[in-house]
Amino acid sequence: MKRQLPLAIIFLCGAFTLFQYFIPHEQSEYLYEFVALDWPPIIGVFALMLGIFSLIRVSWGKIRRKSENWPYAIVTLIGLAGMIATGLPGIGDHNAPAVRWQFNYIVYPVSATMFSILSFFIASAAYRAFRARSFLATVLLVSAVIVMIRFFPLGPLTDPVGTTADWVLNVPNLAAKRAIVIGVGLGIVATALKIVLGIERSYMGRD
Amino acid sequence: MPHTPTPPYTSPARLLALGMVVLAMLWATLTLAQTPGDTAATVAVETAPAPQPPLPATGIRAYDAPNDGGHAITVEWTASGDDGQGRNNVVMYRVLRTPALRGPISPDSVPPGDPSYRLFDSRAYGTAAWRFIENQWDTLADVPMGSTRYENRGGKQRASNDFLPDHIEFRYKVLTINDAGGIAESEVSAPASASGQYLHTGKLLHIGIPVVIFLALVLYFINAAKSGRELYIRPLAGINAVDEAIGRATEMNRPILYVLGLGAADEIATIASLTILSRVTKKVAEHRTELLVPCYDAVVMSIAQETVKQAYLDAGRPDEYKDDIVYFVTQEQFAYVAAVNGTMLRRQTATNFYLGVFFAESLILAETGSIAGSIQISGTDRTTQIPFFVVACDYTLIGEELFAASAYLSREPKLLGTLKAQDYAKAIFLGVLIAGCVGAALQWQWIARTFHLSF
Amino acid sequence: MNFFEKMFAIDRRWVYLTLFVAVVVSLLLDFSIPVPISKEARNIYNYIEGLNAGDAIHLALDYDPSVSAELDPMTLSVLKQCFTKDIKVIITALHQFGPALAAERIDTAVARHAALTGEKKINGVDFVYLGYKPYPVLIILGMGQNYRIPFPRDYYGVSLDSLPMMANIRNYSDVKAVINISGTSATDWWISYGNGRYGVPLAIGVTGVMATEYYPYLQTDQIFGLLGGLKGAAEYEMLVNTPGPAVEGMKVQIVAHAIIILFIVIGNVGFFAMRRSEKRKA
Repeated sequence: MKRQLPLAIIFLCGAFTLFQYFIPHEQSEYLYEFVALDWPPIIGVFALMLGIFSLIRVSWGKIRRKSENWPYAIVTLIGLAGMIATGLPGIGDHNAPAVRWQFNYIVYPVSATMFSILSFFIASAAYRAFRARSFLATVLLVSAVIVMIRFFPLGPLTDPVGTTADWVLNVPNLAAKRAIVIGVGLGIVATALKIVLGIERSYMGRD
Repeated sequence: MPHTPTPPYTSPARLLALGMVVLAMLWATLTLAQTPGDTAATVAVETAPAPQPPLPATGIRAYDAPNDGGHAITVEWTASGDDGQGRNNVVMYRVLRTPALRGPISPDSVPPGDPSYRLFDSRAYGTAAWRFIENQWDTLADVPMGSTRYENRGGKQRASNDFLPDHIEFRYKVLTINDAGGIAESEVSAPASASGQYLHTGKLLHIGIPVVIFLALVLYFINAAKSGRELYIRPLAGINAVDEAIGRATEMNRPILYVLGLGAADEIATIASLTILSRVTKKVAEHRTELLVPCYDAVVMSIAQETVKQAYLDAGRPDEYKDDIVYFVTQEQFAYVAAVNGTMLRRQTATNFYLGVFFAESLILAETGSIAGSIQISGTDRTTQIPFFVVACDYTLIGEELFAASAYLSREPKLLGTLKAQDYAKAIFLGVLIAGCVGAALQWQWIARTFHLSF
Repeated sequence: MNFFEKMFAIDRRWVYLTLFVAVVVSLLLDFSIPVPISKEARNIYNYIEGLNAGDAIHLALDYDPSVSAELDPMTLSVLKQCFTKDIKVIITALHQFGPALAAERIDTAVARHAALTGEKKINGVDFVYLGYKPYPVLIILGMGQNYRIPFPRDYYGVSLDSLPMMANIRNYSDVKAVINISGTSATDWWISYGNGRYGVPLAIGVTGVMATEYYPYLQTDQIFGLLGGLKGAAEYEMLVNTPGPAVEGMKVQIVAHAIIILFIVIGNVGFFAMRRSEKRKA
């Protein structure tokens, strides 16, 4: 029963979603939009509580055991408590000055900094990856350089380079992407079918 | 100064003047009593010749829009003889609608004080509003020249302004307007009403049938595999490296990091990643290596906890499982990246798996792992992130390889069977694509029509 | 290690340092880069220019501060164009870290418009800011039925029914287009549900990294315009005739690209020199 019930629920939900897709009638849409789609937020809210509980437990465990770099766990817990406390109705809300302050002066700059690290990593990765080791690697290298220099003011070469870069982006690049997307689409359908039909159950920890 | 008496009102001059005033007023009253449109027309006739109307749109027909949830009527017509041909001066068509009254009309639907028209009693049909006026033509839309079709898709809510009730008949007509402002009116269509359908024939043809074919292929190859038929599948370097990567972590006595990505639990890539996590965990449990699974999504965390717990149990090492293996970090993209990067650098993870849905953080994670000297195996269905993983990781599962990985790792016949079915489905796709290309080159319209998506 | 071997294997920290110095120097130097306008950007501009005063569009700002350098100029430029043309704007922010950011950008656009024209755009009359609700798919679907389903009240807690601008706006059929400026996968949902399910004309502005993923949708007319990264933002700034941080940032982008190309060249010179010396040894 413990094994069959989840599989039955998965089959029923999967079959409902599949058949609903082919029924355009208003009642079917209503069922999908107002009944089936109401579940994720409800599950999400309860799962978020589990998530917060997990974060507290893991951080507290680090502090208690004085494991490596345990003071960071204190910062995590202070951040968590501070944001929740200042955002709680009655104490503050999502527009309270304290919440805005934490967003403006902590979350925003730290997030922007993390994202901007990407440009340094792109430079370093490009340096290591674009080597003319073979014919195909050379094609990749030349294409990358053309796409990168398309914004440069190159005098009489600006237009031909721009046209070539557009061609590279819109023809070979898109052709390869579409091929991957078709493969991904089939893979998604196959995986979804395997799950709905109970062929693939390892995500439940079982074969 | 003597008082001058006012002339008597009955003097002949006064009577003549009064008569002229009365006549003038009578003329003015009669003129103004005409409708404003008529007045304008009269003035226009006097000042400039009326613009010559174009040839009208013909063959107007209205019918229930197919394959929808109702509340929509499609109107079609044959283009005016002056649209793209003839005088070629049509600029647009204006679509108008009026209710075709067949249902009951309530006596109290007559607005007080105005007997010239009656309101259509939509309450008789269970709707709330009084909205459709008999013999009043409502302008619905202007559509550009060259159009021969308009879909009158109304609101579904009864309280909405553009509510279009199902099962109530309407008539339509189309005005053809040319660049000189000339207007030609079409015939009025036969009445049509909207209704919802219980089967979308377009989706059935283009999606339902392919899904059934695919399902048949899957079942066929599962049976073939079960009956012992040898199914060849191309080896994948990324999958073959899983054992080696886990072995390396065990030898170095350093942990393995498994990142499920930033996808929610309803994304197939996340589910595929969870299936791989299950198989990786079993091997990890057998080797008694430490595993770390920091999570971005709380729902995914809950599922991953169950998956890992069960995998430890199945591997015969339930005592090795700890609640701290799978843990929640945060649902903020770059805060999550910072936390995972910190874990990689502090714990010096020997092997990193990045499998699932990834966004801009892919390269930041993979480069940091590369700096930490970890073996890295990645896989995602996000085409934008694949190049970043290819550059910075040792092995990358590209697109569908991520979905196939579970079958590769388990080597179970039923899972391998679905992989084989996928290959055949791809061959069919390829055939259709080639047919489409050839058909387009040779202008075989029927191919385009057959595969034209009607939704 | 000889010179060529060094060229072949430069420590990544040198790459980081060079890039950092180049970026800082290019910000300090005074020079300008021409910004040619792409068809994808011009399509969005022309579409909004073609609307009548009083028409409404929906501006979906689905991004957080990490990508605001690329996307803020798009937001401000589109708002400027709409305010100048007297086009009503419905604004949503479907990223959990986006709502406060979006509110501030709206305030900035209103203040700039007031400084430029002396006209104060009024919340509820000229624009409506609905704010944030979780689960973007559900919100996009809900707004397709009626804006009041997910957002009975606006960001400031005022009932939508009491806002004059919303009197005749019920759902996507009452707006002329959705312009989605996004750093998240919400763009996918706008394409699948906003355009796919409800048929609303859609244009997008996304980060440079995301841009290539959405070109196919341009070809299939699922979106009518695309602004990609800082370049797209700079193009729009030029279109609305307000060169700002994005146009300024193009200097940095071009210098950064030049540095990356330089390192690629150095790496290849080192690679060929190494290969030649290895062949000689062999």
